[in-house]
Amino acid sequence: MTDVQLVELTVNGERHELAIPPRRTLADVLRHDLGLTGTHVGCEHGICGACTVLVDDAPARACLLFAVQVENAAIRTVESLSGPDGGLSDLQRCFGEHHGLQCGFCTPGFLMLAEGYLAESPDADREEIREVVASNLCRCTGYQTIVDAVEDCAGRRRAALQSALDSAPRSAPQSAPQSAPQSALDGASA
Amino acid sequence: MAEPGFRRDGSWVGASVPRREDPRLLTGRGRFVDDITLPRMLHAAFVRSTEAHARVVDVDLSEVRAVPGVVAAFAAADLALRDITALLDRPIEEFVPTSMPVLAGEKVRYVGEPLAIVLATDPYAAEDGVEAALVGLDPLDPVVTEAAALAAAGPPVHDEAPGNVLVDVSLFATEGIDDVFADAHTVVSVEARTGRQNALPLETRGVVADWDDRDEQLVVRTCTQVPHQVRTVLARCAGLDERQVRVLVPDMGGGFGQKCVVGREEIAAAAAKRLRRPVKWIEDRREALTASFLAREQHYTARAAFTADGEILALESDVVCDMGAYSCYPFTAGIEPLMASAEMPGVYRVPAYRVRGRAVTTNKAPTAPYRGVSRPQYVMVMERLMERAARELGLDALEVRRRNLITEFPYRGVNAITYDPGSYRESLDLCEQVLRDEGWPGRSLSDGRVLGIGYSCFSERTGYGSGAFAARKMQVVPGFDLSQITMDLDGTVTVTTGTLSHGQSHETTFAQIVADRLGLPYDKVTIVQGDTDRITYGWGSFASRSVTIGGSAAAAAAVKLGDQLRALAAHLAGTDVDSARLDGRGGVRAGDRTFSYAELADVAYLRAHLLPKEVGPGLTATASFDVGGDGTFSNATHGCVVALDPGTGGVEILRYVCVEDCGVAIHPRVVEGQARGGIAQGIAGALFEQVVYDELGQPLAPSFMEYKVPTAAEIPDVRIEHLETPCAFTADGAKGAGEGGTIGAPAAVLNAVNDALRTTGVELDSTPIPRAALFAALNQEAS
Repeated sequence: MTDVQLVELTVNGERHELAIPPRRTLADVLRHDLGLTGTHVGCEHGICGACTVLVDDAPARACLLFAVQVENAAIRTVESLSGPDGGLSDLQRCFGEHHGLQCGFCTPGFLMLAEGYLAESPDADREEIREVVASNLCRCTGYQTIVDAVEDCAGRRRAALQSALDSAPRSAPQSAPQSAPQSALDGASA
Repeated sequence: MAEPGFRRDGSWVGASVPRREDPRLLTGRGRFVDDITLPRMLHAAFVRSTEAHARVVDVDLSEVRAVPGVVAAFAAADLALRDITALLDRPIEEFVPTSMPVLAGEKVRYVGEPLAIVLATDPYAAEDGVEAALVGLDPLDPVVTEAAALAAAGPPVHDEAPGNVLVDVSLFATEGIDDVFADAHTVVSVEARTGRQNALPLETRGVVADWDDRDEQLVVRTCTQVPHQVRTVLARCAGLDERQVRVLVPDMGGGFGQKCVVGREEIAAAAAKRLRRPVKWIEDRREALTASFLAREQHYTARAAFTADGEILALESDVVCDMGAYSCYPFTAGIEPLMASAEMPGVYRVPAYRVRGRAVTTNKAPTAPYRGVSRPQYVMVMERLMERAARELGLDALEVRRRNLITEFPYRGVNAITYDPGSYRESLDLCEQVLRDEGWPGRSLSDGRVLGIGYSCFSERTGYGSGAFAARKMQVVPGFDLSQITMDLDGTVTVTTGTLSHGQSHETTFAQIVADRLGLPYDKVTIVQGDTDRITYGWGSFASRSVTIGGSAAAAAAVKLGDQLRALAAHLAGTDVDSARLDGRGGVRAGDRTFSYAELADVAYLRAHLLPKEVGPGLTATASFDVGGDGTFSNATHGCVVALDPGTGGVEILRYVCVEDCGVAIHPRVVEGQARGGIAQGIAGALFEQVVYDELGQPLAPSFMEYKVPTAAEIPDVRIEHLETPCAFTADGAKGAGEGGTIGAPAAVLNAVNDALRTTGVELDSTPIPRAALFAALNQEAS
């Protein structure tokens, strides 16, 4: 079991070369080999979701993946959300404003879950958001303020997109950012 | 909701300001115990018992030591640590002292009990090492249930307690109570059981220990609610001076009581520093679910006498608490039965009361306090008695409650507790009003499901002072807290507190409290917690004591520092002290001059020759606070609407309303967060969570696949209404707010379910509510 393998990982846009045993989980590699301790480990069997990261833009449990499995994927962790100066993203600000965290242990997992989900479903309504939030466990908040935070962020993103489109030159309707498909506008105007 | 920033009257207290904890937690820059890595660090894993009850024949670690990566492995005899012993000052008829070895050497008493510690260069290798251990156990008949414990048919869990009873107290027995029962119009009874639960902080327990040769000190970073108590136990077990242990608490991912006792694993891991290498142990979820501290398994037999118009005349309760294999430090196995006996009957005027409380020991993982401790259970029993009486007497259940609620304060209860003022009646009225205004009573569902509405009324003693704990006769009496405040050269302050945040936002709320006293912005106040070297002494955080006791100590220290600043300013201005005033903007007015704090600090530190002779240099003040009398009492009414599905026996909570009164809320949003989180844990206990064992004492819920923790799909949005009955003797009038949600929810949910079952004739009194029983009750009429 002490065999090591050379692995190349792309995390938050940065390439890393690692010599690790094949059984080493992605969560452990992120936390202990790369020092990205924002990704937390709560259960190591894929239920609690505290270790959720994005693998090729989709939320995934870092405790259920071996690092060797995701060599060719783009991995994003909570450390990628804020600016290099520590400035918070809109999603992070929403979590703070809605008191969507208390002890903060589950928070990175919820942030990455919501980040991946909102990119894919920007027009999500509250019930859909609640269903997705149910993927992860929180023991402090009772979930309500987490749902509030994600819903608020979705609404703000739609409003921002709508106002960007409203002020954009009419001749360039194709310039809407890729992450905000047409369905987002439907949601915003509903 | 108040906007960030201080309130119109200029106070920080009462404003939901941005949390100072948030930026680091939101960016992944928090520092939890497993985030700490030290050079040459070893990782610990434990060899654990596979039997519930057995004599230890042999623990052979020779093959463990041959596993690649394993550096060392120690069994009980190798580490030779003193046992952990928690004591009550009670006669032997009431309390049988037992002790918990750090590692089991002679006997194991539950599945998961640690027998040996394996240290390796990485955690994977440590677990490989555990696999290689050869343990010889000679099984004994396990004592798995409370009934089996009381029957005492087989070998006892502890030889010192042949009847398996560790605590047996009869605390109150009103004279003539038998006659009251005999003469009463109606006597109703309830037999209730509550399932064993896991407090389940999302961050499991963990420790990183290192020996510092320069300070000759064992530096222990651990996620505990009680750092000074860990220091004491570690020093005693390992034969070190108190000074030789420094306990540091990093960010904590919840505790809920499970981390307010001293864990044997953290002692073993710290002691393993004998290799002169740092040691880390992080509990995995399987260990957390099977071998950590559990709670809540209680069995009540209670009856109450009523008049024809629903007035309660007498109450009798017998409670047996299944404490598992060991007494926890410092609370002992008495924590649950003593709480259950002394706090009942809660918010109701009961003239006659008799109670017996017992703690039995079984071959299951030991228990610790869990958010609410015994209050969720006794409140559930009281609320069931109220409902049952109403049903038997043909009265409205809320009317019966109103007839019995305490309405005049201070009220001296039959349990010898004096309740400080609360809004028991008002919270019930408002809760009912909210649900009525939302149109719930009388509504029906078109999908065939059955609606039910349930309530629970309770008060919660918070901020137990030394007197309240002393009355429990603990040999280690928590209560007071100490706070020290120091002003630096730039006029900003640092405050120590002996309490400890594990999610409750102390860095924000304590700063608000101090900011008001000194007229400083709250972000100019730094809070230091969780460091036994920087904090003289502290009791940590449990029993909703942080703001009431710790916050009051911090406020008192700030007032003292303010007095120093006023005296200094008066001296410099040549006026008398009484005329000097803090100006609320970081300065002191004395005579016709105003000194900024930085100017005064400049004198205190850099130009001490200007100080009056009797005043030393520096700006530091220390204060302590203890709650006199019986503590503070928060209260609330919870209202819950459920829909029962006859097709599945499933329960959906459609609406949840909480009217709470914790006095003055320092940070209303934090208070609401505590309530919501608490309610979620209470609902979990009512409907989902239970630690189940088989007849051999094997835990049947070792993962989240079996132990059902509710998600956002099961926990409803909660509407919270605040009432405010300020406490007369704490800083700012605050009462504790940590546990109420958990206390009120099980009763409200259970009553709602019973309301939905009212046409079936079935009444359920135990939690978690079994879905099969619901299904049967809902379908008996059809069949």
